[in-house]
Amino acid sequence: MQRVFPFFLEAAWITVLLSVLTTILGLIFGAIGASARMSRFALFRFLGAAYVSVFRGTPALIQLFILYFGGPQIGIQLDAFQAAVIGLGINAGAYMAETMRGAIIAIDKGQIEAARTVGLSRFQTMRYVVLPQAMRLMIRPLGVNINAMIKATALVAAISVVELTYTAQRFIGSTYKPFEMFLIAGVLYMIIIYITGQAVSWLDRKARIN
Amino acid sequence: MKDEGDHMTDQKPFVDIRHAQKSYGTLEVLKDINLQVQKGQIVAIIGPSGSGKSTLLRAINDLDPLTGGEVWLEDKQINKNLPHRQYEKHINLVRQEIGMVFQHFNLFPHLTVRGNVTLAPKMLKGLSDVEANTLAEAQLDKVGMLERIDYYPSQLSGGQKQRVAIARALAMNPKVMLFDEATSALDPELVEEVNLVMKKLAEEHMTMIIVTHEMSFAESVCDRVLFMDQGVVVEEGPPEVMFRNPTSDRTKEFLRKHLAGQHP
Repeated sequence: MQRVFPFFLEAAWITVLLSVLTTILGLIFGAIGASARMSRFALFRFLGAAYVSVFRGTPALIQLFILYFGGPQIGIQLDAFQAAVIGLGINAGAYMAETMRGAIIAIDKGQIEAARTVGLSRFQTMRYVVLPQAMRLMIRPLGVNINAMIKATALVAAISVVELTYTAQRFIGSTYKPFEMFLIAGVLYMIIIYITGQAVSWLDRKARIN
Repeated sequence: MKDEGDHMTDQKPFVDIRHAQKSYGTLEVLKDINLQVQKGQIVAIIGPSGSGKSTLLRAINDLDPLTGGEVWLEDKQINKNLPHRQYEKHINLVRQEIGMVFQHFNLFPHLTVRGNVTLAPKMLKGLSDVEANTLAEAQLDKVGMLERIDYYPSQLSGGQKQRVAIARALAMNPKVMLFDEATSALDPELVEEVNLVMKKLAEEHMTMIIVTHEMSFAESVCDRVLFMDQGVVVEEGPPEVMFRNPTSDRTKEFLRKHLAGQHP
């Protein structure tokens, strides 16, 4: 049993790395998606809506398979880890776009009117009045998105990224102890998610007005 | 009416609303409204809810654009039909000259009182932090809120919030101030402190257009009162005539109901 631990720790590190990179990519895609959905231009709104509904409307596993196995057919060559980060990042971005948009439209219209009537431009209103308030509102729901996404990293075992789930499966063959192997993986996932959750709560408290 | 015609030839109106018309689909909320306000004049708009008075006020800075008619401030037309970018540029400049105070204050909750007052001057007039601070202190002093300069809006009472909102508008040095039921959301005991600030502005000859339910305040401060109902100006005149001796039955009826409600 002891000899599997180093492998699990390394796998946990890969899961953490995947989660961090996917979160960053998700936030970027989310911001782009949310901006597109709220654009003045119908074409951008359509593209934003299409992005959200395609990536939320299909299984993340299928998206990963298409990218990793189907990609080479259309000239996209990625190694398993790259495909995992990009695939999960785009997927998470679709959820995060809706979270961000929700927080932005939740800001009272009176705030926008007050900013516009003193002469601030649309951009200035967004930048100095709406976003600072919306960012605070979106911390917790984005935490929920990140939580779901960390758990979704388990899917990339299916494209042979050596993360927690893959590692657990890999040692079943040599140890004949699936119960223990999956339990170890589960506990490590929980630790990662617990720490993330605490970080989100801390951020949320810190950002709260007063 | 003749009297007013003479008046208009004497002096070009400062705020000039011509044939204002506004519809939402088939619902016409403003029907050919004309309103001329001279520089330094204080005009109150009264009327039942749904009469279109707020819509008319919000048309002045194009917050609720008209579907017909024109709004002018001095020699500039406000509600111009321009391509998006040009319109935005135009309206942002025009709005700097028109202060607005809302029923629900709409202070920025993430900024301190200081931040609320300095935001626009810093962004739009390029004031330095020091200059903006000096300006904020002067404006807040005027509304009696200087000692709360580092508070957040959530730490203020409604009356204090509204006074800060007035200071925020004044910080842009507007030519006209629009008040959209500025005291309607306040507890009765907090109304007076806001009224006092508005009276002070009146004494300084700020041009003001005030949508209000406070008849006694309108009577004591305004030069002219408009009574609106169902999208038209039913009657207008000096407050002593409007409140003591109105000619229209609708005005009489409104005042009777309203004053009865105010002093049971």
